Amino acid sequence: MKALELSGVSVYYGAVRGAEDVTLDVDEGEIVALLGANGAGKSTLLKAISGIIHPRRGSIAFFGDDLGKLSAHRRVSRGLVHVPEGRRIFTTLTIGENLELGAYGTQHSRTERAQRLEEVLGLFPLLKQHFQRLAGTLSGGEQQVLAIGRAMMSNPRVLMIDEPSLGLDPQKVDIVYDMLEEVSALGTTVLLVEQNVSLALEIASRAYVLQQGSVVLSGPSASLVGDPRLADAYLGKAGGAKD
Amino acid sequence: MSLLLNEIGNGIFLGAFFGLVALGYSMVYGILRLINFAHGDFYMVAAFVSFTILGAVGVGHSHNQWWTVVWVGVVVMVITGGLAMLANQLIYRPMRRAAILSLMIAAIGLSQVLENGVLVTPRWGATYLVFPVTTPPSGFSLGSNHYTWGQLVIVLVSGLLALGVYFLVGRTLLGKAMRAVSEDRIAATLMGINVDLVIAIVFFIGGALAGAAAVMTGVYYGQINYLMGFTVGLEAFTAAVLGGIGNIGGAVLGGLILGIVQSIGTGIFGAEWALVVAFGALVLMLWFRPTGLLGERVARRM
Repeated sequence: MKALELSGVSVYYGAVRGAEDVTLDVDEGEIVALLGANGAGKSTLLKAISGIIHPRRGSIAFFGDDLGKLSAHRRVSRGLVHVPEGRRIFTTLTIGENLELGAYGTQHSRTERAQRLEEVLGLFPLLKQHFQRLAGTLSGGEQQVLAIGRAMMSNPRVLMIDEPSLGLDPQKVDIVYDMLEEVSALGTTVLLVEQNVSLALEIASRAYVLQQGSVVLSGPSASLVGDPRLADAYLGKAGGAKD
Repeated sequence: MSLLLNEIGNGIFLGAFFGLVALGYSMVYGILRLINFAHGDFYMVAAFVSFTILGAVGVGHSHNQWWTVVWVGVVVMVITGGLAMLANQLIYRPMRRAAILSLMIAAIGLSQVLENGVLVTPRWGATYLVFPVTTPPSGFSLGSNHYTWGQLVIVLVSGLLALGVYFLVGRTLLGKAMRAVSEDRIAATLMGINVDLVIAIVFFIGGALAGAAAVMTGVYYGQINYLMGFTVGLEAFTAAVLGGIGNIGGAVLGGLILGIVQSIGTGIFGAEWALVVAFGALVLMLWFRPTGLLGERVARRM
């Protein structure tokens, strides 16, 4: 089953093109990476999928259902969750409150939410330790852990995460990526946006490479490692062949 | 000394009104960064609506009249909350992408529409209207000062409503969602929070509190006027800034402090100086501590 299916998606910010004619799909249970240089349109696509912005053309289907103009908050209750770039945890709220809000979009009862909270705290003990602290006092790595934990509170079917390694030291990056693997092992489909290519290709089964808003290269991770066109996409050379 | 205590007592009473209206200012500011200059006029409209409803149902002089006031108060809270929500839906929501200054100008416009709307409404108009029911003079003495039971009830009701808001914002999931929306609207959306609905609820609560304050003003002071929202609006805004705008506890604290300062000030300089004292306090606060007593960054923000 396709968890996500984008066909011919174009996104514009006014007259500025964010993404052009993007077609891609993510299978249920898969980890797929979206790669590309700064400004290639990766975050734009995630925003279009989560409904923060609406594409001008094309369609986005979630487990076979066209999302159309479904508002962003409703997509969360369907099980489509987006951890945005820069984590955007609620710094003036406690860790516990952040986690609680992660389950806001679900129709779960109070007891179900409490149970889910226990599960997530079990998965990420770090969060339990700092439960009452204001989220703004956490380090960057801890904030990323919280952002992922918060997203997992709704027990999503698909987790989209934007640049989880950004601004973290290598040790913290490992922790975050271990978390993502755990999330995936639980059966959650992951769509990962990452600038760090080798990191992403390590855990993703497939990847799409974006350049100037369009897919210029895609395929299984193993085949992309060492592909010279991948480097071209990052160095901004034109003419990366479309496959 | 006892004179000072008297003024503090009066100030707390006055501050209860300021605090209730200030809460609405502060909550809307907290969630939209908008100083809703029409807020005082919601309060004014509420006073006229309660005047009309009380007149229509008739209160008489039986002991039941206070029950009538209570249920009319609740109805007026719902109506005023609805009015605030409607204003948000029709005016502020379509402007959500506009600069906040545009919204503020729209708020001033709405304020004018409401005041002049009441002015031209038959049976309302420009004259002072006498409320059909007022609180009796009986009460109790504290020090050398006499307080009426009505004053005590008003302070208690205001306190309970403020506590209710504090609990709602601090403890409930909805309250956490409000604070989340206040901090980061996009991130809140990504949690599955219906941001527009949460903002609408905040307007409703702010309006309802202003409605409660209006009914109590009517039955306590006994008369209402279409310009009453203007002054109270400014005073409540001052209270919200004194306490730290956007902050729930700050609105109440600011209301009480403004009430006490104004009460002491008028005790010294005379009643005609009330607004000078209030805005003097505002200027001093902005001078020495622009974030207010419980500045937005340090304490719980809405």
